[in-house]
Amino acid sequence: MNEMTTIPSGRYRLGEMHEFQAGEQPFMYLVSAGAIFALDEGAHAVLRRLEDESLSHGDLVAALLESGYSHQDAEELIRELLFVHGIVSDAMSPALAPKPETPPADFPLQALVLNITNQCNLACTYCYEFGADKIATPQGKPKFMSLETARTSVDFLLRKSTGRQAVHITFFGGETLMNFKLLREVVLYAREQAEAQNRTIGFSLTTNATLLTDEIIAFLSDYEIGVTVSMDGPPDLQDKHRVYKSGKGSYAVIEPRLRKLIESHKTRAITARVTLTNGVTDVIRIYRHLKDDLGFHEVGFAPVTNSGERDYMIDDNGMDDVLSQFHELADEWLEHALRGQMHGFTNVSETIGELLQGVNKSHPCGAGLGLLGVSPSGDLSPCHRFTDADTHTLGHISTDIDAEKREDFLSRGHVGAKYECQSCWARPLCAGGCHHEAFVRYGDTGHANLHYCDWIREWTDTCLRIYGAVSVQNPQFLERFAARKGLS
Amino acid sequence: MKHLRPVNRKAARIDETASLMEEDVVALQQAPKPHVPMGCTLSFSPGWEVDAAGGTAGLCQPVERDIYDCYVTCFWPVQVPDHVNYSPDWASNCAVATKDWRNLDLVFP
Repeated sequence: MNEMTTIPSGRYRLGEMHEFQAGEQPFMYLVSAGAIFALDEGAHAVLRRLEDESLSHGDLVAALLESGYSHQDAEELIRELLFVHGIVSDAMSPALAPKPETPPADFPLQALVLNITNQCNLACTYCYEFGADKIATPQGKPKFMSLETARTSVDFLLRKSTGRQAVHITFFGGETLMNFKLLREVVLYAREQAEAQNRTIGFSLTTNATLLTDEIIAFLSDYEIGVTVSMDGPPDLQDKHRVYKSGKGSYAVIEPRLRKLIESHKTRAITARVTLTNGVTDVIRIYRHLKDDLGFHEVGFAPVTNSGERDYMIDDNGMDDVLSQFHELADEWLEHALRGQMHGFTNVSETIGELLQGVNKSHPCGAGLGLLGVSPSGDLSPCHRFTDADTHTLGHISTDIDAEKREDFLSRGHVGAKYECQSCWARPLCAGGCHHEAFVRYGDTGHANLHYCDWIREWTDTCLRIYGAVSVQNPQFLERFAARKGLS
Repeated sequence: MKHLRPVNRKAARIDETASLMEEDVVALQQAPKPHVPMGCTLSFSPGWEVDAAGGTAGLCQPVERDIYDCYVTCFWPVQVPDHVNYSPDWASNCAVATKDWRNLDLVFP
């Protein structure tokens, strides 16, 4: 009758975690929850004791007594660590890992990415939409979204986002501004529709900046439209891949436009999104140019998506170089944070925002869940990267989401379905990585992006150490990241 | 918790749950010392349906702890509600006793 009151016997061992240190302070990042705890000396001692062997309750208590802890402390340490799963006992059966579950069919939408055109005035050699690894099949489909399709999309978003006060539309291309006329109409229409329902709708767009005019900049600022500029850095790097069809580089065209944009658009942050390729790995120089010379608020970097066989891809040596420069910028980010200043390196800021919440993702991103892409023809896809790809259509804006296809996409993409992720401590944040990247590389959206694993773990560890240091020395600063959410 | 300091929101929620549980369920033998409720007995057998004051509030353990012994298989005639005649729905909100026992209420005739 009294088993329930005895402490479970059996042997203790370490739970699933990643330990890290910031200054002298040890921390643990708990994988099953995404929780971060700072450890006192005793808790740290327990983990050290269990590092190489498992111990019975009696032996562990005895070891702690020997190290000078009181009996009460020893029992408390064990109880607390057991409770958070920092240590586990083989006598306690772990909670069953939840099987991949399909979200309810009425999971409310949060955002739509409208590909208002699939045409582009540039011919960037590495483009995932037009380059060698493209998956889009735009033949015979509309090149520009019609006003009717756009309005139907807005109605669709508002109808399918029950319960959400605020929703979001991202405009995308092709080159988004090649259809600015439609963009303006959509913003006006969407605002009106949202207001009628007493809700709010936010906007952002991604552009190559070649077509920015004073009129467009004024509109973007007046309507608080967030702007992300795809660009790769100073002239020699920008013009390497980001070229017109004639081969001419685009830097000279966008530079004066960018300066105007950054000077006049004050209502939202202006960010740059850099694609790193073979020969374009000079992270620090790119950052300095975009942040300090041009004045972007934030700069984010990502290695080019590719099938693994392209001459523009970054090889392992290149990646090492990129990472070491990332670390240099990360150190700078920390120095800023300790002084209470924001630093513009997006790759750190995004991760800090997620670490603050303690996210534990079922899927790498919102694609197919709260977010869908819409092609110029009105076809739905998991996100903008699958636009116009026949193999990934998830229904049509005028009918509905294809529940069966969406379920297939989400079941494949669930972190629980990715075998290699099960033993990785970084999975709460990574969840296997980009669906599109996986498809291009492995032919399956549900494949873990194994070519990135070491890089992701190293980067997550770096961000954890930054997080730990700030949590000790300037904890209030972290609150600034509470409302941050990324749509990349 | 005394030895672990939460530093993100998820950890804070776990910490909160821990402190709620600390005050919620205390095992009689839980360290640092046995918990002996006032006016109660240390008997581990069921059936002690009133406390020292003649009520149920001070019982050392809730009668529900023996639900499967007393309510369904009936090997011990403890005073849990009679599920055959008078209280057929008594346990209907308690699908899993280990999780849902709070949903079991006392029945006053």
